Amino acid sequence: MKGIHLSWQGLLALLLCLAAIAMLPLLTEDAVAPFTGGVTILTLLLVAVAAAISFINLSSALSATVLFIGAHGAAWLLLSGITGNEGEARLSFFLLIAAAWLLAWRCVSVLSTIRPRSPAGNYGLRLLIPAIFGAWILIIWEAATRGAGIPFILLPPPGAIGARIAGSIPTLWTDVQQTIFKSVLIGYIIGCASGFVVAILADRVAFLRHGLLPIGNLVSALPIIGVAPIMVMWFGFDWQSKAAVVVIMTFFPMLVNTVAGLAAAGNMERDLMRTYASSYSQTLLKLRLPAAAPFIFNALKINSTLALIGAIVAEFFGTPMSGMGFRISTEIGRMNVDMVWAEIAVAAVAGSVFYGIVAILERMTTFWHPSIRGGQT
Amino acid sequence: MEKEQFFKHKFLPVTTIVLAILVLWYAFAIILNTPFQRDLDRRANVTSGRMEFIGKTLAQPKPVLPAPHQVAQNVFENTFLRPPTSNRSLVYNAWVTLSSTAVGFAFGTLLGILIAVGIVHLVALDRSLMPWIIASQTVPILAIAPMVIVVLAAVNITGLIPKALISTYLSFFPVAVGMVKGLRSPEVMHLDLMRTYNASAAQTFWKLRVPASIPFLFTSMKVAIAASLVGAIVGELPTGAVAGIGAKLLAGSYYSQTIDIWAALVAGSVLAAALVAIVSIVARIVDRSMGGRPA
Repeated sequence: MKGIHLSWQGLLALLLCLAAIAMLPLLTEDAVAPFTGGVTILTLLLVAVAAAISFINLSSALSATVLFIGAHGAAWLLLSGITGNEGEARLSFFLLIAAAWLLAWRCVSVLSTIRPRSPAGNYGLRLLIPAIFGAWILIIWEAATRGAGIPFILLPPPGAIGARIAGSIPTLWTDVQQTIFKSVLIGYIIGCASGFVVAILADRVAFLRHGLLPIGNLVSALPIIGVAPIMVMWFGFDWQSKAAVVVIMTFFPMLVNTVAGLAAAGNMERDLMRTYASSYSQTLLKLRLPAAAPFIFNALKINSTLALIGAIVAEFFGTPMSGMGFRISTEIGRMNVDMVWAEIAVAAVAGSVFYGIVAILERMTTFWHPSIRGGQT
Repeated sequence: MEKEQFFKHKFLPVTTIVLAILVLWYAFAIILNTPFQRDLDRRANVTSGRMEFIGKTLAQPKPVLPAPHQVAQNVFENTFLRPPTSNRSLVYNAWVTLSSTAVGFAFGTLLGILIAVGIVHLVALDRSLMPWIIASQTVPILAIAPMVIVVLAAVNITGLIPKALISTYLSFFPVAVGMVKGLRSPEVMHLDLMRTYNASAAQTFWKLRVPASIPFLFTSMKVAIAASLVGAIVGELPTGAVAGIGAKLLAGSYYSQTIDIWAALVAGSVLAAALVAIVSIVARIVDRSMGGRPA
């Protein structure tokens, strides 16, 4: 049997399929719009055939494609059938979802073994694999909430959250402007810049460095977020107080990292600069700041998430009538849970984009550093 | 010689900076509290000399910026003069926060280690989960904190667990990332040596990878425990919790009790410093018992 290659995910998926057939129908009798026989058979066939084909020794790409179509086709059929029949799913429905999920797992495993030759293919694969994983979190979330009829208040299905996002773009946009464009960005820029300047100063004056570093290390472990109520009292309810919280939260990571980075240039290189009779500023600009760049970008990345957290939490302590933290705390009080989740989704996307921009900048400016040049660690 | 070095490079600069901060703090306290005090004086129709006026700005009951000695006094009173069971005692509030921090930290560390072990051993998990773990940290979980707490309260889970969950979320990330790095830190040569010994995967894991990862684990645990504390404090905000450092902050903000806020901040800072110190001490003990020599 050389042409056959068994995988435990595929076998288990087949078994689950058989169990699902034994427990048909998919929905309870009083469902409003039950699955038609054709759809049920099609779903079962998709899973079973995909699992069966994956056992044959095909090329990895072909096998992955079959698994991909089988898993996601079945999931799509099941999810579109459950909409409108919330809470009516029976065990057989969940068994089929589990079988489809196993196929998707197998698909990811197969995809992980592919080593494409072209950089574009490699890049696409590095996006595709996590995308499948993320999609399945959403699929299982949707299937569980709709299938088991979990109350909307507890956990709304992703579909409903998506609909809410599409329906309230203007509100979300004003919140993003208030929180991200005013509080986060301004605070981030001031905090990082001042941390950087103080780090340069501390580097020049050894006394300052010996005094500031232990304090900086201590402060970066402290719950600085606690200053939020004080800042709100000092700077008022508008974005200035949030920006102040962000400044305080981002200052110390930048200080500590930059000072560490400025010490990173090797003695050999420094001696070389000295033999060239270069001045302090020349050594700083041409040798030590470039050498510190990875550390500085590390701080910028840490700060990008800290800034968002600081601004949102500061809004819990009082804010004008917009902002993401404000919306979250008021909508949860009115039990508009889908709006809260919509806000969370927007915050997640904004945070990822922010982080992504810093990461791309890092790639562009420190392309020479081993951690980026080498690629894999 | 060593003592002199310590004095010159550590003690002297740090004390100077701390003193400078204190002086600045007093200066700002006087400046920031002046407008309100002047207002008070005008209404009460008193004129006071300069020194007397400064003294008054440093003794307001609800100052814009409390002076250090006011904060110190408040901390002292609420720590040592109250019974630790009173709900105004800082010891009690710190204990409440500490308990959810500890539970969250324990779960977070465990989860982080499990994820790291999975990532190191399963290629599929490495390629599909790792990007999401990084993305998960760009989600401002503290924004979700009120959500998590209200939702769990709706199913009758209140008190310690919801706060601990938020701490878990914040603390698993540093541990997971540090452990992945640590479990992958053995050199290829050592891994090859294990292979020549015909060691099984489990043997390689327990005898080579785990010992190699211990320093990484403790480094990331220091970050994680500070993050857990932040999670626990913020977790206390949205429910209008009655106890805990976060609750103290919120109550102080509602009633403009600035001195209380600062005292709660000091308590939180002391707690954070103590927790990090404990992890460092455990790290040193473990390192020594594993045969590490003091550097």
